[in-house]
Amino acid sequence: MKIYNHLLMTMGAALMLVSCGQQNQNSTGALSSSAAEKVYVAPGEQDEFYAFLSGGYSGNLTVYGLPSGRMFKEIPVFSQFPTSGYGYSEETKPMLNTSHGFVPWDDAHHPDISQTNGELDGRWIFINGNNTPRIARINLSTFETEEIIEVPNSAGNHSSSFITENTEYVVAGTRFSVPIPQRDMPINEYKSNFKGSLSFISVDPEHGHMDLKFQLLMPGFNYDLSHPGRGKSHGWFFFTTYNTEEAHTLQEVNASQNDKDFIAAVNWKKIEEYVNNGGGTKMPANYAHNLYDEGTHTATTTMYKEVLTVDPLKVPGAVYFLPTPKSPHGCDVDPTGQYIIGNGKLSADLTVHSFDKMIAAIEGEKFDGEAYGIPILKFEDVLAGQVKSGGLGPLHTEFDGNGNAYTTFFISSEVVKWKLGTWEVIDRKPTYYSVGHLMIPGGNSRKPFGKYVVAMNKITKDRYLPTGPEMEHSAQIYDISGDKMELIYDFPTHGEPHYAAGIPAEILAPKSQKIYRLDENEHPYVVKTPTDAKVVRDGNEVHIYMSTIRSHFTPDNIEGVKVGDKVYFHITNHEQDFDVPHGFAMIGQNTSELLVMPGQTKTSLWEPKQVGVWPFYCTDFCSALHQEMQGYVRVSPANSDVELKWSLGE
Amino acid sequence: MKKASLLMIIGPLFLLGLYVFPLWNIMLGAPQYPDPLGLNIHISGLQGANEFDIQNIDGLNHYIGMQTLPKPEDMWEFGTFPIIIGIMVAIGVLIGFLGYLGKVNYKWFIGWFTLMSIMGVLGMYDFNQWLVDYGTNLDPNAIMKLTNPDGTPMTYKPPLLGHVKMLNFDVTSMPASGGWLMFLGMTLTLTAGFLGWKNTKKQ
Repeated sequence: MKIYNHLLMTMGAALMLVSCGQQNQNSTGALSSSAAEKVYVAPGEQDEFYAFLSGGYSGNLTVYGLPSGRMFKEIPVFSQFPTSGYGYSEETKPMLNTSHGFVPWDDAHHPDISQTNGELDGRWIFINGNNTPRIARINLSTFETEEIIEVPNSAGNHSSSFITENTEYVVAGTRFSVPIPQRDMPINEYKSNFKGSLSFISVDPEHGHMDLKFQLLMPGFNYDLSHPGRGKSHGWFFFTTYNTEEAHTLQEVNASQNDKDFIAAVNWKKIEEYVNNGGGTKMPANYAHNLYDEGTHTATTTMYKEVLTVDPLKVPGAVYFLPTPKSPHGCDVDPTGQYIIGNGKLSADLTVHSFDKMIAAIEGEKFDGEAYGIPILKFEDVLAGQVKSGGLGPLHTEFDGNGNAYTTFFISSEVVKWKLGTWEVIDRKPTYYSVGHLMIPGGNSRKPFGKYVVAMNKITKDRYLPTGPEMEHSAQIYDISGDKMELIYDFPTHGEPHYAAGIPAEILAPKSQKIYRLDENEHPYVVKTPTDAKVVRDGNEVHIYMSTIRSHFTPDNIEGVKVGDKVYFHITNHEQDFDVPHGFAMIGQNTSELLVMPGQTKTSLWEPKQVGVWPFYCTDFCSALHQEMQGYVRVSPANSDVELKWSLGE
Repeated sequence: MKKASLLMIIGPLFLLGLYVFPLWNIMLGAPQYPDPLGLNIHISGLQGANEFDIQNIDGLNHYIGMQTLPKPEDMWEFGTFPIIIGIMVAIGVLIGFLGYLGKVNYKWFIGWFTLMSIMGVLGMYDFNQWLVDYGTNLDPNAIMKLTNPDGTPMTYKPPLLGHVKMLNFDVTSMPASGGWLMFLGMTLTLTAGFLGWKNTKKQ
C-alpha cells in the first residue's frame, strides 16, 4: 500500500512538471496582458459574480467578487467573531448553543445557494458545520446567519449541506458512522453495529425555517459527499461512500481495501411519502435549534427531544447502491440530471453513472447482491462511461451548462475539462497546488453560468510573499468561455475553503439590505427615541438602555453602578443611513466589542471588578466627531449607596 | 376664441400636479454620498427624496449648527399654498369657461397669468428668505464654526436655482416635476391670452 502511495505521488509530480511546461509555453506577454484585462475591475466598478467560499476551520463564510478575487466580507456562522460581536453579544450567543453546550467554533464546509426549479434564486445560502454536526442558513439580503440547527445521530457532518432543486430539503449526511443512539460500547464492535444517518431537513418555502423531517439510518459506512438529482432525477439524492469495509482503525489503509465502494441512491420522494403517511420511528434525541429573529435582533435556542428515523428496509424501492471504484469522494450530478459522477479519489479515472440506466436496472431487478438488505445494482448496468483522464486523485466535478464537466485532481494538481457523453478529455490546466474543490457559479444547478471556474487549493507554498510557516490558502480563476481554459488570476483565501457557491451579482446586489428600520425594531430593550434612554437596576443586574447617533451616546455619564454588578449595555443605533455603524467597547470587559448596524440593538455584558470611573467609546470611525464619541461609568464599592443616575450634556 | 378658451381651461388644471408632485428639488451629493441626499419641496411640506433623507440631512447639518428642516406645521406657507393654488385653479378654469361662452375677453386670461406670475415671484422671494435664514441663522454653539478666507463666518444657504459647492457637498437646486407642470400650465394660459389677442385683432 505504501509503495502504491509513493508511486501515486511520483506520478503526480511528473504530470505536474509536464503540465507546467505546457503552461509556460503559453504564457506569452500578449496572453498575460489579456488575462489582466479579464480580471481587472476598475476602481468604482463592480464584479460580475458573488463567490461564497467556505472558511473551513475558520468556521465562517467569506464573500468574494469574481473575476477580481477581492474579498468583501466574512460572514460569521459557526465561530465567535469579535469584529461584530457575533457569538459574544447577548443576542447572538444562543446561535452557538448545541446539545454539548456552547460550541464557539466549527469546521464550515459546503455552501449551497437556495434554488427554485433547479435555478439559483439567491434567497439563502446554507452551510454545514462538520465537527459538531450543524446546518446554518444565512439570509442573502442581510448576509447574516439567521438559523443553525444541530443534527443528532451524526458525526462529521460532511455530505452536507446540499439542497434539492426547489429547496424542499437541505440534506446532511454523516461522515463517521456511530452507535445510534449513542451508547457505551467497545470500538472494535463497530462492524454491523454502527450506523450512518442521512438527515433530510425541510426548509419552509416562505421564511426558510429548517425542521429535521426524517433521518434515514443506513449501514455503518462513511457518507462522504452528496448531491441532489435534478430535472429528470429530481426526487433522488446521491451519496458517495467510503469505508464500506467498516474499519474502525487505521482507515487510511483499512478503508481502502475494497476495489469498489458505493454511491447510495436515495429516493427521498418515496421516503417523504412514507413519512407523511405515518411511517418511521420516533427516537429520543437531544438537539438544538437556534433561530435569529430580525425583528427582535435576537436569537433563541429551542432543544428538541425527538427525531423521526426511517429504516431503509421498511421503504421498498427507496435506496440502492451503485458500485463505484476507489473510495469515491465528490458526488456530482450534471445539469440535466442524467449523469452521476463518482470521483474515485484513489484512481485515475472518473466513473459516470447513468440515471436512465439506473432506473432500467431497478425496474429489471438486476441486482448484484445486497448490503445489509439494500440492493446493489450491477456496476456494468448503471455505468454510462468512464473518463480516462490521465490525472490522479479526482475529487470534485462542476459543469458549465454547455455539455462540459471540469474535475479537480488533487494528486496531479490540475483541473481537467472533459465532455459529457463522449467522456473525452478536452483540456487540462495545472493548479497551484493540490486543488480540492472547484466552483462554477451555478455549477451545481440546472443553469450554470459557465464563464469562470475557481479552483481552491490546499497548498500555497511559493504563490505569494512568504508569511512564516502558516499561510492562507490559494485559489485560481480560469476563464472557461473558450475551448481551452485560461488561468487568469490567483488570490489568497481565508481559512480553508472547502467548496464555494457563486451567483451573478445582478441577482443578489439589488436586494442587499442597507439598514434595519428603527421603527420595526422589536428588541425588548430598544430605545426608539433618545428621551427613552434610561438605566434600570434589577437586583445586581443593571440594564442600560442606550442610543447612539453621530456623534454621541445617550446617556454618556452613568453613576450608581457597583462592583459585582452585571451591567448590560443595550445599544440601539439610531442612524438610518447606509453604512453608518457605531461600535461599543468598555474598558476591561471580558467579551468583545459590538458593532451595531443602523436601526439595530445589540447587548454587551460588563461585570465591573474595580472601583473607579471607567470609560467606554465608539469603536467604529463613524464621523468627524468619532473621537469625541465616548462616555464614563462610575463604579462604586459593592456596599455603597451612590444613587443610580444617568445624563447627557449636563 | 374657442381654441384660446379651451387652452385657458386646460392650463390651470396643470397646477393640480402640485398636490402630488414636488414643486422644487434640492440634491446634495458628496464623495461619501454616491447616492445623493435629496429634498423634495412640496406645496404642503418637505419630503426626503429617499425615506430617511430629511433625518440624514439634519444629522449632517447639526455639525455646522443649521436648524433642522421645518415640519409642515412649522411654516404657515405649507398650510396656505395649497389653498391659494386651489383658488387660482378654480378662478382660471372659470375664466376659461366664461371665455368659451363669450362672457369675458382675452384680457382676463392675461390677467390670470399676471396674477399667478406675481404670486409665483412672491413665493420665490419667500422661499429665498427661508433659504437665507436656514443657511445663515446658525447655532452659536455649533460643533464646527467655519470661516471664509476673509475671516467672515461661513454660511450655507442653498442656491435658489442652480449648483453651488458647499464644503464637501455639491448642492443642486432645480424645479421638480410639479414645478414643470405649473410652468407648462402657465405657458398654456399665456398662449391662450396670445391667441385671444390675435383673434380680437383679426376681427
